[in-house]
Amino acid sequence: MDRRSLVVLSAGLGQPSSTRLLADRLTAAARQALAGRGVEVDVTLVEVRDVARDLADHLVANATSPALRRALDAVAAADAVIAVTPVFAASYSGLFKTFVDALDRDALTGVPVLVGATAGTQRHSLVLEHAMRPLFAHLRALVLPTAVFAAPEDWGGDSQPSGDALSARVDRAAGELAEVVAGRPVRRPHDPFADAPSFADLLSGR
Amino acid sequence: MQFGVFTVGDVTPDPTTGRTPTEGERIGAMVAIARKAEEVGLDVFATGEHHNEPFVPSSPTTMLGFVAAQTERLLLSTATTLITTNDPVKIAEDYAMLQHLAGGRVDLTLGRGNTGPVYPWFGKDIRDGIPLAIENYALLRRLWTEDVVDWEGRFRTPLQSFTSTPRPLDGVPPFVWHGSIRSPEIAEQAAYYGDGFFANHIFWPKEHFIRLVDFYRRRYEHYGHGSADQAVVGLGGQVFVRKNSQDAVREFRPYFDNAPVYGHGPSLEEFTEHTPLTVGSPQEVIDKTLTFREHFGDYQRQLFLVDHAGLPLDLVLEQMEILGEEVVPVLRRELDAMRPAHVPDAPTHASRVAARDAASSAAPTPTAPVAPTPATVA
Repeated sequence: MDRRSLVVLSAGLGQPSSTRLLADRLTAAARQALAGRGVEVDVTLVEVRDVARDLADHLVANATSPALRRALDAVAAADAVIAVTPVFAASYSGLFKTFVDALDRDALTGVPVLVGATAGTQRHSLVLEHAMRPLFAHLRALVLPTAVFAAPEDWGGDSQPSGDALSARVDRAAGELAEVVAGRPVRRPHDPFADAPSFADLLSGR
Repeated sequence: MQFGVFTVGDVTPDPTTGRTPTEGERIGAMVAIARKAEEVGLDVFATGEHHNEPFVPSSPTTMLGFVAAQTERLLLSTATTLITTNDPVKIAEDYAMLQHLAGGRVDLTLGRGNTGPVYPWFGKDIRDGIPLAIENYALLRRLWTEDVVDWEGRFRTPLQSFTSTPRPLDGVPPFVWHGSIRSPEIAEQAAYYGDGFFANHIFWPKEHFIRLVDFYRRRYEHYGHGSADQAVVGLGGQVFVRKNSQDAVREFRPYFDNAPVYGHGPSLEEFTEHTPLTVGSPQEVIDKTLTFREHFGDYQRQLFLVDHAGLPLDLVLEQMEILGEEVVPVLRRELDAMRPAHVPDAPTHASRVAARDAASSAAPTPTAPVAPTPATVA
């Protein structure tokens, strides 16, 4: 079986959080969809709250803790990313954005990213389209067509027409992720040392 | 093994008194620190170069020339000299002049600057940082090693029949270190020329600096200057030392908590765990510094940061006395004992003149009998 790495960013603050719940649903569906295409995934979960203080230190003191370094490196080496944030003040949470800010500029270039969000009301669902999608487009990620939003009523699920139920949206998004990831070669992460130009090239200004 | 202090020359209020030194007081303190370095038996004093507040040392060779006149043995260096925004012609001339005045007690560490606006302030573009460092240093070397230079490049007006003056002392330019906290290109540059590499690894994580130094060592060997473990490595460090640990932590904490750059971030305990900072007894400084050798291999120069964050001068001078009396002699003994014979000391003017003379006396005798090659059986 082929193997790919999947990094899951979950920026919920509560324990447990509905953001984490949605991240877990997406992860399980992605794992299953990829297995159906002969791909086994190694999942790395990054609970952003666990590196919240590290991120603050990184911002103000340029100090990158080992735990934060591991999380950033995992993203920079991932074959695919699932990113889920709670909605705060009509956008992704500040903590979620702070983690994204700490990524190297090229960490997500060309990487398939499935975006998701949770909020206390469905009225925030377009956050995925006006905040999350442009953010990852800026990072030159390959943002998948289906983005998954979960409001409180989604966790009941009876009131939705069957095609719009949360589980159906999760499966559709996971299918898109699997389709893209299975068709791509394993990512070769950028290695600043292996990829450093030769001195002859540097001298000649190439 | 060389030991010394390096200073960024920040003017910072003392958080315990609220008092901010004047620029004049800070500059005077830097000179006092340099003199103390010689007095307590340290080998090197290095000053930063900055062109923004709250830093005072914009003119390193002026300061180092003044220090040279008041010292006899101390090696004068920089941490760092801006190879990007200074005119390489002026660097060639300033440091050659300093060599003559200081009797050869000079080397320098090249760097790219601490703040983005320094590029436009000097008419440069920060996106050219690496190309500037590469081209300017290539010119600097030619100015030092060739008496008459014709030159044309991207970043500076061309030169025709130019001789930089004075010529380097005894025809041997100062030894050059290249400092970088991030860029493999600069480690590659140091390796290409067989120059030294200085890793100011005072921020975590050390793993990044280990890779950088290891890369420099491998490339040094690749370019044929010697084996990887013979490459010339310098490291930064940061200490606050007291007879006993608790006093050191209690006294240093207000300075740490309010320090520029890392203050109001990680705790003192976290920072000391993950970075070279040691706040403690002389034995703790010794133990921590000995781990640097385990991480980076045998190295040639250790510089300590002792005077930032508003620490008053008398406290800094006390630190240096403890370093000179109780820390450095032990480190010198232990590190020298562990270093294999084929690993060289950091180059000095005297050793570089001797190496040049040995090379030139060996060179004109190509007709010397060739020793039979032992046992190369096909």
